[in-house]
Amino acid sequence: MVVYLDHAATTPMLPTAIAAYAEAMGVVGNPASVHSQGQNAKRMLEESREIVAASLGCDPIEVVFTGSGTEAINLGIKGVYWARAPRQRILVPGGEHHATLDTVEWLAQHEGAVVEWIPLDEQGRIDLAALAAAIARDPLDIALVSVIMANNEVGTIQPVAEVAALAAAHGIPVHVDAVAAYGYIPVDFRALATAGVSALSVSAHKVGGPVGIGALVLGRKTTVEPLIHGGGQQRKVRSGTQDVAAAVSFAVAASVISSEEMAPNQLATQQQEEGHGLETARLAALRDRVIAGVARVAPSAVLNGDPASRLPGNAHFSFPGCEGDSLLFALDVAGVSVSTGSACQAGVPEPSHVLRAMGRSESESRGALRITLGHTSTEADVDALLAALPAAHALALAAGMADRVPGR
Amino acid sequence: MSGGVDSAVAAARAVEAGHEVVGVHLALNRMPGTLRTGSRGCCTVEDSMDAQRAANIMGIPYYVWDFSERFKLDVVDDFIAEYAAGRTPNPCMRCNEKIKFAALLEKAMALGFDAVCTGHYASIVTDADGNKQLHRAAAWAKDQSYVLGVLTADQISHCMFPLGATPTKAEVRAEAAERGFSVANKPDSYDICFIPDGDTKGWLGERVAPATGDILDRAGNTLGQHDGAVAFTVGQRKGLSIGTPAADGKPRFVLEVRPITNTVVVGPKEALAIKEIAGNKYTWAGLAPEHPEVEFDCHVQIRAHADPVPAVAQVVSTTSVTGIEGTLELRIIPNEPLAGVAPGQTAVVYVGTRVLGQCTIDRTVSAVPVSVTTASTTPASTASASPVPVNA
Repeated sequence: MVVYLDHAATTPMLPTAIAAYAEAMGVVGNPASVHSQGQNAKRMLEESREIVAASLGCDPIEVVFTGSGTEAINLGIKGVYWARAPRQRILVPGGEHHATLDTVEWLAQHEGAVVEWIPLDEQGRIDLAALAAAIARDPLDIALVSVIMANNEVGTIQPVAEVAALAAAHGIPVHVDAVAAYGYIPVDFRALATAGVSALSVSAHKVGGPVGIGALVLGRKTTVEPLIHGGGQQRKVRSGTQDVAAAVSFAVAASVISSEEMAPNQLATQQQEEGHGLETARLAALRDRVIAGVARVAPSAVLNGDPASRLPGNAHFSFPGCEGDSLLFALDVAGVSVSTGSACQAGVPEPSHVLRAMGRSESESRGALRITLGHTSTEADVDALLAALPAAHALALAAGMADRVPGR
Repeated sequence: MSGGVDSAVAAARAVEAGHEVVGVHLALNRMPGTLRTGSRGCCTVEDSMDAQRAANIMGIPYYVWDFSERFKLDVVDDFIAEYAAGRTPNPCMRCNEKIKFAALLEKAMALGFDAVCTGHYASIVTDADGNKQLHRAAAWAKDQSYVLGVLTADQISHCMFPLGATPTKAEVRAEAAERGFSVANKPDSYDICFIPDGDTKGWLGERVAPATGDILDRAGNTLGQHDGAVAFTVGQRKGLSIGTPAADGKPRFVLEVRPITNTVVVGPKEALAIKEIAGNKYTWAGLAPEHPEVEFDCHVQIRAHADPVPAVAQVVSTTSVTGIEGTLELRIIPNEPLAGVAPGQTAVVYVGTRVLGQCTIDRTVSAVPVSVTTASTTPASTASASPVPVNA
């Protein structure tokens, strides 16, 4: 039996989302067509948009469907940057997802952007004083601030509202990458917009929907230059025939997030104090079981990220003296799927840039293992991991830094 | 699994032989080429994907292991340092010695594997006493035993080369096609994998600061100037840009590169002939000969695709030269002189088809003694007046 503990990479689609997807794919009609089939498709699409909007606490008109979370982030950053020309500065914390890193670096290389990296502390939290200082230096030339809501690798939750407040004081738009946070902690766009957030990116496949659809929540007052031009769909912000079936399936997953059972959002009103809904609390308990168990069976392992303010499904460790890929291999052979961090191109591993941004050395950034839980995770999964870990850890220690320069 | 046809077929044969096989692609460069740069036979993203697709077809797990740091230090930096020191290294041999059959093998053994299986064309033969020997492949034209000559007995005992008995590469390609591998017709890789465009001189020029120096004849007379000694290799004829012709009117060839003095020594083609080579860094590929100090018959091969030449070899003391007690070298005397030998090259010693061992050449003796001639057409040479012994 394979134990899947890599839900941050992608989580299994909900059976109801699969069924809805398959059924909707059988329905003909372009939502832009005038005839009745077109109108039917349009109805399915807009109902879906409303459900997704409800899960994000925004108005349906503010939801722009995209082809992925990455596309949403590109639109949220490039689109705002271009709309804010000739302002050049972009403020971004270190340790962001590659969708953000590579986008702002591209803007720096090709569009004259000046990127300023805001440091993280040892737990991965943005240095608000450094951000405030960076904003204070010529705030009129800042195009935007982009910040991840919860780090996809180490799970640290960022003080997004405080970041937004600092920027909003100078009228600077803030883009929030909520791809890893969505579905796991409350994402309430209305509350964030009040604090000063302008745009927010999410992805369907991280919450039990299909791969191939994401969304950018674009506040009514925020203008962006489109990345994709064509038929003028979605307020001319994102042209291209809209994927009704994917939206329908996304909506099924989104509706579960909004339901009382799952609840980061619906119960948020009552449980905001505790910060979690029922599913969130269940995952946090499993996560704590992982953290306690790893401390027991591999005492040398170091928990990375903020120990308290972290994603409920995320446990991220460094194993000194081990290579992350040796650990991953040994656990994979034992039937436990985990990750060394973010999946990367062609499987070529690199030391985690997130840990590097948190001040770790290159060698300390190597033996990283990310265990992420999701809607199908059970105590039995956690126990299977903990049963397999000691042997895998011993193998990885023996393999050690065999692929490294001796003595380093 | 490099992403090429050979390692894919080797893996498939190992699977069919009943072994529990896991495909491993080595990430040797932190900045792999993008899909746009296309495949070069190994080390690009496309090659990694090709390897994975082959692993998918044979139904084995596949991983990418990062050896980029070791590769940079042991192979790339070594390559630059060797060139800068005037030697001609073989980075593929260094990679076999330090990465594929060292770092990778070590890591694999620690993780519970028994052997590293590759698509090299070479054979492992077990002798009557159960000792493993390294031999040439049946496909003489593709034989790669030369680049494996650096392997030691311990490494050889944990190697598998399933392609060793295949008579031709065409058969490997046909088998790959039959197995449905997309790489069946992928071109062979020839270039040095970390020099993307194959321009070794240009690549080295960016890494080894070039400086103008003298071109000398064998007697030490200055014939002209060069833009950097590193750009020259022994045996090179073109690009010397010496204004005046040789006294005898014959073309001149690079005989020696001396990075310490930044000089290049040139002379007639005959002077390239080498009658003796030796190296103090030698290893045995398997069981060491019982009496290596006794001269024995062998064949010597000095390049991957050079013909083997009959020779005699023996391990001799160099104490009288080095002044250090117990220093030894492997000395090889070919039956006929060798052409185009440069220090830093590897001499692999064969007995029949068996690879006996190898040494890195650090000393050569020219078959033609230096005849001190006056460089009459050269403006009064002041720089290096004293004759310098060639290839000392």
